[in-house]
Amino acid sequence: MSVRRRRPPALVLVAATAALLLFALPLIGLVQRADWAHLLDDLRTPGATEAMRLSLTTSLAATALAVVLGLPLAWVLARTDIPGRAALRALVLLPMVLPPVVGGVALLSAFSRRSPIGSWLFDTFGIQLTFSPAGVVLAEAFVAMPFFVITVEAALRSLDPRYEQVAAGLGATPPQVFRRVTLPLIAPAVVAGAILSWARALGEFGATITFAGNIAGRTRTLPLSIYLQLESDPSGAIALSLVLLLVSFAVLIGLRDRWLGGGRP
Amino acid sequence: MRHRHLLAIVLATLTLLVAACGSSAGSDGTATTKAPAADGSATTEAPLEGEITVSAAASLTESFTDMGKAFEAEHPGTTVTFTFDSSGTLSQQILDGAPVDVFASADEKNMEKLTDADLVKGDPTVFARNQLVIVTKPGNPEGIGSLADLPDAGVISLCGEDVPCGKFAGEALANADVTIPEGSVTRGQNAKATLAAVSEGDAVAGIVYVTDALAAGDAVDAVEIPADDNVVATYPVAVLTDTRDAALASAFVDYVASDDGQAILEERGFLPPA
Repeated sequence: MSVRRRRPPALVLVAATAALLLFALPLIGLVQRADWAHLLDDLRTPGATEAMRLSLTTSLAATALAVVLGLPLAWVLARTDIPGRAALRALVLLPMVLPPVVGGVALLSAFSRRSPIGSWLFDTFGIQLTFSPAGVVLAEAFVAMPFFVITVEAALRSLDPRYEQVAAGLGATPPQVFRRVTLPLIAPAVVAGAILSWARALGEFGATITFAGNIAGRTRTLPLSIYLQLESDPSGAIALSLVLLLVSFAVLIGLRDRWLGGGRP
Repeated sequence: MRHRHLLAIVLATLTLLVAACGSSAGSDGTATTKAPAADGSATTEAPLEGEITVSAAASLTESFTDMGKAFEAEHPGTTVTFTFDSSGTLSQQILDGAPVDVFASADEKNMEKLTDADLVKGDPTVFARNQLVIVTKPGNPEGIGSLADLPDAGVISLCGEDVPCGKFAGEALANADVTIPEGSVTRGQNAKATLAAVSEGDAVAGIVYVTDALAAGDAVDAVEIPADDNVVATYPVAVLTDTRDAALASAFVDYVASDDGQAILEERGFLPPA
């Protein structure tokens, strides 16, 4: 008897259909509520363009931060035997399961002007993270970096160590090994991790509004703008929602080889 | 043939889902059968029991929480559950079919949205008034003395422009001929979130209701807004037509307007209805 059935049992099909509808119906509802005739006008309002520009710049900056800091962290987690590595990894993964608003409160406790670090930053350098685009970047990096770190760490772990050993045996210094051998081999994972964390940063809401506030042009990103407009200007909020929906689809398509079952040997 | 089979299953699933939704709404409607508790208090009506949900403006959080406890103590066997958020969010939820028995709004506009949609039983009752106040960090380190000091002070926390407290703050600022550049205004989703940006966050000042400032205690300092510039918020309350328990809902609304209810509101800093 073949393991792969031609048709699943009816009960399984019913449950699977219900699950699919749970995903599909809200999205269909969103698309169907959109005011297509005025969609472009809704997206051209000063508030909408401002929010899109801010979201794009802050999410790209947060992704850059995640790559620059996350790559060394992934390497440490994958390749070293530092004590308490399991606890470290749990700490890195925590923002993925932590409610973002809790992340925002935690960031406030660490970096608000009344916190030791925040007051030092302000008194010494005049830097205030709260209510600034830099604060948005920090909140976004906080929730998005784990996606980058675990993706790259998994790639480093599954890498055949012999490539690196051979390179080292041929006289390459550790930095050379990393740049010439390791990095090219994990490049697909680095790209995928960066795209994932960018998508997460772009959608960040709870930590941002709690930590960085909701200032037009400074910290009001797309999700905050959607939330604030939902009552006063529903069609504008739906137009912006469609933009984020479109981006999410584009990310999925971009990652399809990696996440949708393709690309396996 | 196979396609028809699949379609039938999809349709069956949908029917099940709809039926499940329908029956849960129906079972909510059945009255609870808790034994009436011995009640030695002064009430002479038939003993009340059951459960109601009250949607109330965020600025009513403390006073209505007290109100609910006092009401439950006076009518054992009753449970009053609250949802607190901006009046705009709550009225929208009710328009969208949220199962709510009583609505208490921080402005007349959001109540009108419901009366216009025929969702209100009888006429709304005005039960309280409120005024605005400037809140600052404890000790008022920026030395804010009036609305005119706000534009240059730093980040100011105001309610969203469509939230009653944000609309009123805009009116007060207009009365005082003060414009705060939008680039230094952070907008809260409701009165409590707006206050939190000052008490917990780094906003230097905010405009909230007198009652919110009072509830925050030592976490903020309050700076009065002169009566000429200030705005009076009027709070109406009403039983909704979709209530599952009209008797209990009306009893709660009556309690809000009663001497006991008014005393609770006064204690929390509300002004009596005009």
